[in-house]
Amino acid sequence: MQSFLASIRIALATMLICVAGYTTAVWAVAQAVSPDTANGSLITGPDGAIVGSRQVAQAFTRPGYFWPRPSAVDYNGAGAGGSNKSPTSPDLTDRGQEMVDRYGATPDNPLPADLAAASGAGLDPHISEAGARYQVTRIAEARGLEPARVEALIRGAAIAPGGLLTRDRIVNVLELNLALDRL
Amino acid sequence: MLIQSLLFVVLIVGGTALISWPLGRYMKWAMDPSDPSTGLAGWKTRAFRAVGGPLSAQDQDWKRYMVAMLAFNVVMFSVTFGLLALQQHLPLNPDAKQALEGSLIFNTAASFTSNTNLQHYSGEVSLSYLSQLGGLMWLQFVSAATGIAALAALARGLAGRPLGNFFMDVQCAAFLVLLPLAFVLAILLVLGGVPMTFNGSAVATTLEGVQQAIARGPVAAFVAIKQLGTNGGGFFGPNSTHPLENPSFWTNMIQMVAIVLVPMACVWMFGRIIGRMRHAGVIFAVMMAFILVKITGAVYFESAPTQAFANLPIEQTLGNLEGKEMRFGPAGGPLWSVLTTSTSNGSVGAMHDSLNPITGLMPMIGMWLNATFGGVGVGMINMFLYIVVGVFIAGMMIGRTPEYLGWRIEAREVKFALFALLAHGLFILGGTALFAATAWGTDALNNAGPHGFSEILYEFSSASANNGSGFEGLGDNTAPWNIATGIIMLLARFIPIILPLAIVGSLSAKRRSAESSGTLSVEGGVFATMLAATVVVVGALTFFPAATLGPIAEHVITMN
Repeated sequence: MQSFLASIRIALATMLICVAGYTTAVWAVAQAVSPDTANGSLITGPDGAIVGSRQVAQAFTRPGYFWPRPSAVDYNGAGAGGSNKSPTSPDLTDRGQEMVDRYGATPDNPLPADLAAASGAGLDPHISEAGARYQVTRIAEARGLEPARVEALIRGAAIAPGGLLTRDRIVNVLELNLALDRL
Repeated sequence: MLIQSLLFVVLIVGGTALISWPLGRYMKWAMDPSDPSTGLAGWKTRAFRAVGGPLSAQDQDWKRYMVAMLAFNVVMFSVTFGLLALQQHLPLNPDAKQALEGSLIFNTAASFTSNTNLQHYSGEVSLSYLSQLGGLMWLQFVSAATGIAALAALARGLAGRPLGNFFMDVQCAAFLVLLPLAFVLAILLVLGGVPMTFNGSAVATTLEGVQQAIARGPVAAFVAIKQLGTNGGGFFGPNSTHPLENPSFWTNMIQMVAIVLVPMACVWMFGRIIGRMRHAGVIFAVMMAFILVKITGAVYFESAPTQAFANLPIEQTLGNLEGKEMRFGPAGGPLWSVLTTSTSNGSVGAMHDSLNPITGLMPMIGMWLNATFGGVGVGMINMFLYIVVGVFIAGMMIGRTPEYLGWRIEAREVKFALFALLAHGLFILGGTALFAATAWGTDALNNAGPHGFSEILYEFSSASANNGSGFEGLGDNTAPWNIATGIIMLLARFIPIILPLAIVGSLSAKRRSAESSGTLSVEGGVFATMLAATVVVVGALTFFPAATLGPIAEHVITMN
């Protein structure tokens, strides 16, 4: 019984310090030094309305936009998840085929894998630089732009996520599409 | 790509090993100062005695230590159970989360009490901020502290001293070890772009005019202790693959360091308390060897493309990308999968269900051994069990009385150690057999064939290893799954803490002898080999038949 009493005292102390104190301190620092990312990296449009989060993928289906990676949860920002399909799953092959058809990929012009494979959370904001290049013709045609202008946009937006530790460059789809709209 | 991946792995594993050395030294001071009554240590002792009351001022034998630990864990479980059950009536619930189902509440409370963090719910869908912080994050601190406390007690006992006092130890671990580390990590994560807000979901109108709700919350604070305490429970459902839980390559790297840091430092703390740093070095090296083999296997097999796209016009130069994030780079997913399962962390940086078959075997091996660094505190305790068995076998082979640190290992100690080790196999294989043979398991599968079997096997491995990761396609939020894994998590948590304490209790009743030239030295290559062999034979071979039915069979299928 005495053990329970001591346990309850320690439970209260740890709740007070490790939960209330700690959370408040981290929250205060976060809101002071980086309020933008601390609140979800939201992007607002010219009218002040929220158009999305820089870190969270959103659906794009119009031909004039870059399309993100497929999402097993249809880009649900309030219920994220992956497909959890194994390499031997026929469902995964079906999805691969569907993406091949959507992009019109052929053996001579194969689809970069990131455009066929869903991410872990279904909200990956990035695609590979190759995946962005793959969509240039469609976008340029839909917008009546020179392909070179779209290419230049991609070159300017591509980053190596880990600097010297990564070779392959990636681009943020939402930021790229916002840049397209500004052209 | 090979060079970058190699550099990446070396930086993370080697870098963490370097930081673990000074941390182990600090943890020794925090948990077991050489003079607890003077100076800073004296101040700390008096403060924690004031909090814990009179019971925290006395030395406890192993039985009292165990009772104190269990009493505290009962309080942990009950408080969290209550918070989860009442969440719809409590504050800090901006998105109006509703009541949870009974067996899910039991499973979740058991899961976080046992440092497992198996999640049969999805955080952003089901839980209020109060449930996340006051219930789950609190347990992430105190369950990890329980593990560190138990290791400190075990080490003191082996050093021939009184075990100490649980109520003192658990406070030292929570306030002096975990809290400062978590605060530093949380700030680093905030700087890396992880959200920390009490506002509810944001609603965006996308460029194409669709409404998108974006869940957020006090994520940074939660993720920091999730990683440091080998907890692993994510704020969001898909854990550290979620771009708001792990926004960049750099946050991914920092989180991986945080996963293995404290488990590594625990080995050094153990060595300092028993006063045998060379011995700790040998244990560290054995653990490191296992972890490197698993990493090599995982990174190699995951650089192969997924078989699912093999006959399609898809260019898979980056390896298997299903369930992976572009920002983490090609080695990020497989490296994480090994680190998180070698320690009993269980957070994920890629979807394990979609890993290539042999890559998916590496996390399972990590959970079966459960001692190649292992959970905070308990990983080293598990390795102690292997040491007891290994020393005993070696003693039999050379025909001398087996001794460890001068303590005679006899039938009673070996029985306890083997019981604790074999219980792990029984929980995993027994549970898998039952669920694979009944509709409880087969109705929950997301993939057919050997991979479906792997999903069941993985879930029970994760529960019994107190890991918490999963082949998440499994539809495991049903009453049979919640109850079965809930019970296994609790048993698999407390049996391997209580029995080692009982072993130490039994050893301390004997007379300690001086080590002589006839004793097996615990500081050399012979001991390391013996220990590694014991781990392989007892830990891994038990599971080989099951592995053959699951991942190995699936790998053979993909070869055609």
